[in-house]
Amino acid sequence: MLSPEEIQEIQTALAHCESNFAAGLDALKIVQRRRGWISDETLQEVARFLEMTPAELDSVATFYSLIFRRQVGRHVILLCDSVSCWVMGYESLFEALKKRLGIGFGQTSADGRFTLLPHPCLGACERAPVMMIDDELYGPIEEEMIEKILARYE
Amino acid sequence: MNRPLTKNFQSLGPPLSLAEYEKAGGYQAMRRALTAMEPGQVTALVNAANLRGRGGAGFPTARKWSFVPMGKDAPRPRYLTVNADEMEPAAFKDRVLLEGDPHQLIEGIIIAAFAIQAEIAYIFIRQCYTTAFRRLNTAIAEAYAKGYLGRNILGTDFHLALHLHESAGRYICGEETALLNALEGRRPVPRAKPPFPPVIGLWGKPTVTNNAETICNVPHIIQNGPDWYRALSLTPDGGTKIYGVSGKVVKPGAWELPLGVSMREVIEEHAGGLRPEVKLRAVLPGGASTALLPPDHLDIKMDFNSMQAAGSRLGTGTLVVIDDKTCIVGLVLNLLNFFARESCGWCTPCREGLPWIVKLLKAIENGDGRPEDLTRLKEQPRLMAPGHTFCPLAPGAMEPLQSALTYFEDDFKRHIQEKRCPWK
Repeated sequence: MLSPEEIQEIQTALAHCESNFAAGLDALKIVQRRRGWISDETLQEVARFLEMTPAELDSVATFYSLIFRRQVGRHVILLCDSVSCWVMGYESLFEALKKRLGIGFGQTSADGRFTLLPHPCLGACERAPVMMIDDELYGPIEEEMIEKILARYE
Repeated sequence: MNRPLTKNFQSLGPPLSLAEYEKAGGYQAMRRALTAMEPGQVTALVNAANLRGRGGAGFPTARKWSFVPMGKDAPRPRYLTVNADEMEPAAFKDRVLLEGDPHQLIEGIIIAAFAIQAEIAYIFIRQCYTTAFRRLNTAIAEAYAKGYLGRNILGTDFHLALHLHESAGRYICGEETALLNALEGRRPVPRAKPPFPPVIGLWGKPTVTNNAETICNVPHIIQNGPDWYRALSLTPDGGTKIYGVSGKVVKPGAWELPLGVSMREVIEEHAGGLRPEVKLRAVLPGGASTALLPPDHLDIKMDFNSMQAAGSRLGTGTLVVIDDKTCIVGLVLNLLNFFARESCGWCTPCREGLPWIVKLLKAIENGDGRPEDLTRLKEQPRLMAPGHTFCPLAPGAMEPLQSALTYFEDDFKRHIQEKRCPWK
């Protein structure tokens, strides 16, 4: 069931939209912000609310890399793997993160704290190599900084 | 030298508020356009200024606007969509403008919307630009509160609603027709062209999509006139350009410079030159979908025509400096991996072909390449040339591949002969 807060936020989004379809991504984001990810049940609830079929909404949900159709950890690390970061040491940063978290791309650490994902260019190439944790950008990152950055997240 | 696009930038802290922006001369161009000009006159000034689109393709902005059907019987509503998705690898110039002076963009949007008589505008921004999103949100609220957005702007009969659409991380959304599908809430694959969006676009109505940097130029053209604007540039195409440098330089960053400065000037005078321990091997001049250029091309001017004549493209104007300790095959593998992952899957050559190229490049990079793999690779740019795919994504992906095979074929051969990456 969508919560009253979720419904209210989706209705606010709908007011700016010219069709229910157009609010689909906004609605998914509103719900994902509260629930962390979009389960099949959640998808169906949102679709029903917007008077779309689940398949119609899922065709949007599955397209975007930042709509999570699988459970993620409490924090999502987006590691930039595009060209400027690659030139500036993305590979060793990736190795260090893998070792520190004990996970690879698409996986969540055993304590449920972090999910590690590759992401296209974060548009901060002058600070390469960079990564984002939730809404925060970090860069340029050197290996010895990783511990301190991760410690900020519960 | 004149730096109109960045003159209001603050070195620290938030950008100018609406009141501060107005005190610095802001919103005067809007006032002039809405109260003293006809829409067609605005377009005529932009045309005389020779403003070409800053998103990568360089299409003349006023010409795009002129495709919109005007007059009493023309379809309504009309839309202006501003592309601030900026997911091209190595590009960060729109971010600099969005964060640095959000009111400049909003003023540009109001004037551009007036020129095409659009009543609804969208800024399409990527999710990862969190600071830019917050600042734009604040600035848009200020503009509504002041009456610069909404109904009867400045007491005229012009209305404009402006919405900020936050995307969710797919490169293809930057393609103008995919962007329209995204805004409509459909799976954002590109649409067939024709019909072209200025005639049949968002919800079937006339729609112009301009890049964010392009729109930021518009107030300055209206305020100072086309002669002044053309004189900013070293080329017949008008204006300044936000150039950026990343990679193996001393001082990576972004600078507003006259359109047409040389790559050498950008790299050596502004980015502080190469890091002392390395030598220049190549430049990726304008984002992932532009052709690599070797060091003997450094004196080429970074403008639309000169870069094209040199076999590459200005693209985003944000270049990557690649040094002699970086493997070109690995670099091209990285680029193609990006394109393969970001292919929307709609058309077969792109969906199937790009992963296949990645497989070949991976084999070569890992020392498992065979001589015939190089022959296969060389065939691909022709097979994925414009016209063979539904949209420009795959042809764009071929530009770094083709150029690497032209200028650095020996690197590929060495990998195959030595059965390893000589740079590892």
